[in-house]
Amino acid sequence: MSILIKGGRIIDPANNIDMIGDILITDGLIDKVAASLTAKEAEVFDAQGLVVCPGFIDMHVHLREPGFEYKETIATGMRAAAVGGFTTVCCMPNTDPVCDNRAVATFVAETARRNKLINVHPIGCITKGQKGQEITEMFALAEAGCVAVSDDGLPVMNAEVMRRALEYSSMIGMPVIAHSEDNRLAEEGQMHEGYYSTLYGLKGIPAVAEEAMVARDILLTEMTAGRLHIAHLSTGGSLHLVREAKSRGIRVSCEITPHHISLTDQALADYDTNFKVNPPLRSQQDVKALIQGLCDGTVDCMATDHAPHELEAKDCEFNLASFGISGLETAIPVTIEYLVKTGLVNISQVVKAWTAGPARVLGLDRGTLTPGKAADITIIDIEATKTVNSELFESKGKNTPYQDMTLQGWPVATLVDGRIVAEKGRIV
Amino acid sequence: MVFKHRKDLLGLAELNRAEIESIINTAVPMKDILTRDIKKVPALRGKVVCTVFYENSTRTRTSFELAGKYLSADTVNLAVSTSSVQKGESLKDTIKTIEVMGTDVMVMRHSMSGAPHYVARNTKMRVINAGDGFHAHPTQGLLDMYSIREKKGTLDGLKVVILGDIQHSRVARSNIAGLSKFGCEVRVVGPSTLMPADIENMGAKRFYNIEEALDGADVINVLRLQLERQKKGLFPSVPEYAENFGLNRKRLSLAKKDVLVLHPGPMNRGVEVASDVADSAFSVINEQVTNGVAIRMALLYLMIGGASE
Repeated sequence: MSILIKGGRIIDPANNIDMIGDILITDGLIDKVAASLTAKEAEVFDAQGLVVCPGFIDMHVHLREPGFEYKETIATGMRAAAVGGFTTVCCMPNTDPVCDNRAVATFVAETARRNKLINVHPIGCITKGQKGQEITEMFALAEAGCVAVSDDGLPVMNAEVMRRALEYSSMIGMPVIAHSEDNRLAEEGQMHEGYYSTLYGLKGIPAVAEEAMVARDILLTEMTAGRLHIAHLSTGGSLHLVREAKSRGIRVSCEITPHHISLTDQALADYDTNFKVNPPLRSQQDVKALIQGLCDGTVDCMATDHAPHELEAKDCEFNLASFGISGLETAIPVTIEYLVKTGLVNISQVVKAWTAGPARVLGLDRGTLTPGKAADITIIDIEATKTVNSELFESKGKNTPYQDMTLQGWPVATLVDGRIVAEKGRIV
Repeated sequence: MVFKHRKDLLGLAELNRAEIESIINTAVPMKDILTRDIKKVPALRGKVVCTVFYENSTRTRTSFELAGKYLSADTVNLAVSTSSVQKGESLKDTIKTIEVMGTDVMVMRHSMSGAPHYVARNTKMRVINAGDGFHAHPTQGLLDMYSIREKKGTLDGLKVVILGDIQHSRVARSNIAGLSKFGCEVRVVGPSTLMPADIENMGAKRFYNIEEALDGADVINVLRLQLERQKKGLFPSVPEYAENFGLNRKRLSLAKKDVLVLHPGPMNRGVEVASDVADSAFSVINEQVTNGVAIRMALLYLMIGGASE
């Protein structure tokens, strides 16, 4: 069983490849990558005018199952990912029950495996019950398939607990993913603190609520053998701290989201709850700093923080609305529209941030087109324009700030282990 | 005409100078009606005004209710507490209920900023924001501007001090939004812990020293200090606040000789304002209340008076 992807622009940042060429896939693996290939038996996929990349990896999604199946299920989240151009996602443990033990992690991994479609790796909790007090059985979590630990949604406020988590996880080689937020500084906050929170009369979440915790966790990482990954980094100040830490050789990485590079706090003028997200949309200066960080390599990867919600969680007063954006099905066009089309970032850096970048953070053996590796491939039409319509989302979460916006650069095919799982916005 | 192309009044920032002037000009004859023996004209006969207050209020709600009644509208009041929102009916459903009963104008007070914007998007009724969270209190802003113009003859170029808890004040924000359209020099003064970020970008000058702020002021608008802010640790004590930020006779003398003192009420006498200042000839606090009725009559008239389309 072979597929020959012909005539596409192959962008494989891990192998420093950006060329027009062909990819031969045999038995689910990358067989050959060359300027011109022929294979008699192979099914041919005409990729002329399209960009062919390693399969996109989203290391930060919320699939909501178990417990919040009315927001999303593992199955619907996987479909959303496939249609959105993702071949691998890692799901956060803030379910009900939380994923703080072998049983829940196994349930998530097995449910995903039965659904086939794409690769799903659970992320386990840092602390039991996500309470921030006692660290979890990380060896058991890793055995059950967890690729990292995180109390995402909640910070580990107790520095002693965070220290022990970094120490303990280092034995397993799993990164600790920090939701960096001092919850006292951020208390009752609705949006980024600044001129617009003053103008709109909403309680602000200051940048320092994130930065103080980033600084603390960098210092804890320095004293331990641990590995720290900052989730959804959103401020220029945090980025500065990470840049400085990296220059001193501290093992810290970070991700940024499509919404934090495309939208600012100004967008809350109409109190549209689809723009309510945590960390909040920041200032224009922060957006610039994040994009700069992506260009200079301080930012390791992009991730959606896909946070689907039911209609009622957003159709209400702003203060009562849940935080979060349903991001899987707009991530690629948003990054191409705001980063590539604008000329701010070259496309191979963007591809790297969605492929080799997260693979490296998590130690996944994916994210490249190296022969012999799993044939996870994302094919994108970077010229295609389409208007976002959440009604057509595979995700149960219709909560998108991009509704009715016309964006450029859409995924046209998603291949997992050499099999086309989604094509032209539809599950195959 | 102001409300020909505008369904709702949600804030003053979105109105232009001419629109604000037209509302204030309309309030002048409305005030005459208030002073008559028979305080009733048939302008809004057959119209329904519903006040929906998700937060306590005495003067604003009563003011709207009387404004409607003086113009012969039918007025009803729905008293709701914020707690019932959380556990009971959604705001959207409540609003729909009020709409289908035949209400023309909904006057809404809510503790959460942006709640009237949400309602306005979801109803055919005209919505007047009677105060939302820290965001806006446009009718208070209008009545303050009317009260100032009535005494000073003009708003242009006046030095207006807003004193107190700026961070949590929708009155301050609506005053800044309105007055800045008339070239006023708006100064805000209060403790640094009660000062919102980047307030200068709204067009106000920031002070932390009350004496400096009051120098040469034409108007001082004193805000109510919500005493529960102290429990949140935003200021150490009421006596220290009164000592450093309370408006007293001595401080009043730093302002112009004909300074006006405003307060949106209800007052904490002896805290943000000394009794002998509140009751002095400089004070227009009671007239603000009367003018508030006139401004709300003007608004209702402009929004639903005359022939409907």
